[in-house]
Amino acid sequence: MKPALVLGALACLYPLAMQAMDQQFYISFGARVLIYAMAAASLNLVLGYGGMVSFGHAAFFGAGAYVVGILAAEGVRSAWIAWPAAVAVAALGALVIGALSLRTRGVYFIMITLAFAQMMYYIFVSLKDYGGDDGLSLPGRSTGFGIDLRGDLAWYYLVLALLAGVLYLLQRLVRSRFGRVIVAIRENETRAAAIGYPVYRYKLLCFVVSGGIAGLAGALIANQSVYVSPSLLHWIQSGTLMIMVILGGVGRFWGGPLGAVLLLTLEETLSGSQMLGAYSLHWQLPVGLILLAVVLFAPQGIAGLLSRRRGA
Amino acid sequence: MPWILFLEQLLNGLQFGLMLFLLAAGLTLVFGIMDMINLAHGSLYMIGAYLMASFSQATGSFWAALPLALAATALVGAMLELTVLRRLYERDHLAQVLATFAIILIANEAVRLIWGSQPIMLNGPAALSGPVELPGGVHYASYRLMIIGVGAAVAVLLYFLVTRTRAGMLVRAGASNREMALAMGVDIKRLFTVVFAVGAALAALAGAMLGPILAVQVGMGENILILAFVVIVIGGIGSIRGAFVGALLVGLVDTMGRALLPMAFALVFRPQVASNLGPSVSSILIYVLMAAVLFLRPQGLFPARG
Repeated sequence: MKPALVLGALACLYPLAMQAMDQQFYISFGARVLIYAMAAASLNLVLGYGGMVSFGHAAFFGAGAYVVGILAAEGVRSAWIAWPAAVAVAALGALVIGALSLRTRGVYFIMITLAFAQMMYYIFVSLKDYGGDDGLSLPGRSTGFGIDLRGDLAWYYLVLALLAGVLYLLQRLVRSRFGRVIVAIRENETRAAAIGYPVYRYKLLCFVVSGGIAGLAGALIANQSVYVSPSLLHWIQSGTLMIMVILGGVGRFWGGPLGAVLLLTLEETLSGSQMLGAYSLHWQLPVGLILLAVVLFAPQGIAGLLSRRRGA
Repeated sequence: MPWILFLEQLLNGLQFGLMLFLLAAGLTLVFGIMDMINLAHGSLYMIGAYLMASFSQATGSFWAALPLALAATALVGAMLELTVLRRLYERDHLAQVLATFAIILIANEAVRLIWGSQPIMLNGPAALSGPVELPGGVHYASYRLMIIGVGAAVAVLLYFLVTRTRAGMLVRAGASNREMALAMGVDIKRLFTVVFAVGAALAALAGAMLGPILAVQVGMGENILILAFVVIVIGGIGSIRGAFVGALLVGLVDTMGRALLPMAFALVFRPQVASNLGPSVSSILIYVLMAAVLFLRPQGLFPARG
């Protein structure tokens, strides 16, 4: 639990430091990073622990966001209703998509999850009553918790508390019997089945839990930007979440959050860099080069790199 | 007249399908032989279209620019294979996804740096700017007709290349069993580079042909890439024949769906509902098609591996 305490302390102090330096923008940026950390952690559960390469995770992320958006547009602003609804809808979506997709394996699983996510993307594009292609602006953040969530500081700490809760649950989950079985299935599905585990049901449950958490992250991102659009479900978004997990370290507990922090910080730093001057518009170029370097020289992701250094 | 509309959409679907085939052919070979997920294939398509625009401006001729653009993109593809992708064959699919995603970012920014962020114009050959009258009284753009001709010619050429030549035999051997081909002494490394360069040239051909119809802009490769993946999964990974059938299927279903579904819905629903429902259902149609194919034939329609 040592890294958790250090990271938790850092995450708690970060907005206070920004407040002291009068950098309000970076508090809001921090909350966005935490939300993506949650989404990436949920993907890492299926991708890293379950070995299921889902290329459509943005479907659940976006579905959660749209539940909050649509409910708000219909006048339901309470977080106590909207957020659990987002989780439930995303988990239900994961149940249906997972039940169908898990019949295939390997590359075909990658492609079929992608196909379902693209279907969802086009469904939300066609929702003309809720903005369609242009997206939907929310009247404001959800209400509840007895605090005013419009302030950046309060919002940041709420997101941080939720992320901490999710990470705690995830850690309990991967260390439980269920987590061990999931890893066993990843390592050798035939053997796990031969021992007598209902492999399909385990994988499906893992997929549903992951989808539900992604839905919560989606509900938060809708509140974060007070806006939802179909681009939240686009395959590039699924790809970005996957990049975060691979960058951080697949199947390593801190891989997802670490990758989210690294990728978003990298983007933010490079896109606002004084050093690059006019070229900072082209921040994607250095990001691409860095990602490429990570693949070629750090096969286990950054988390793998760190733990190897520590072990040596 | 609905008959004319139907025929026109049929030709549009055929034209789109053949262009998808050009993209999917390279992708399916790389995927089938090297077991490599190459998300950057769409970038080669984009680079091909941009190079075509530059060359045709420099030479003033569409036809003079075409071989230059194809050769240059093939060179870019070969360089990419030699410098980066070669190191990824032994790695898992996730590493390949991350690396080729990084290449997409790099390629997009490189194009922005060289050509700017605004979409650029690419004109088709002047001789083919007007419509032609087909038997049956249908007027159809002659440029689109030419695309159909080129696509069909390349498909036939590829078929002979793969089934009748020694190089094609090696490609098929690699696709059906890589280790065995290696054990039989096939120079897999050189074969991979050549296949990749040919795939890049085919992607560039698709980009060059579609450039005058669609906009030549950054990000043009991303959406069509997913369609190309859908095609090869439907067709069966590694199979040229599968890519051909899959591409025509996707091209026709997508185009016909877009044109005909709104009309079909208009018969059943209120006009407003129909105009909302039509485009979205037709966008979803190809993914439903793919999910159905995977559900019934998990290896695709023409599995390459025996």
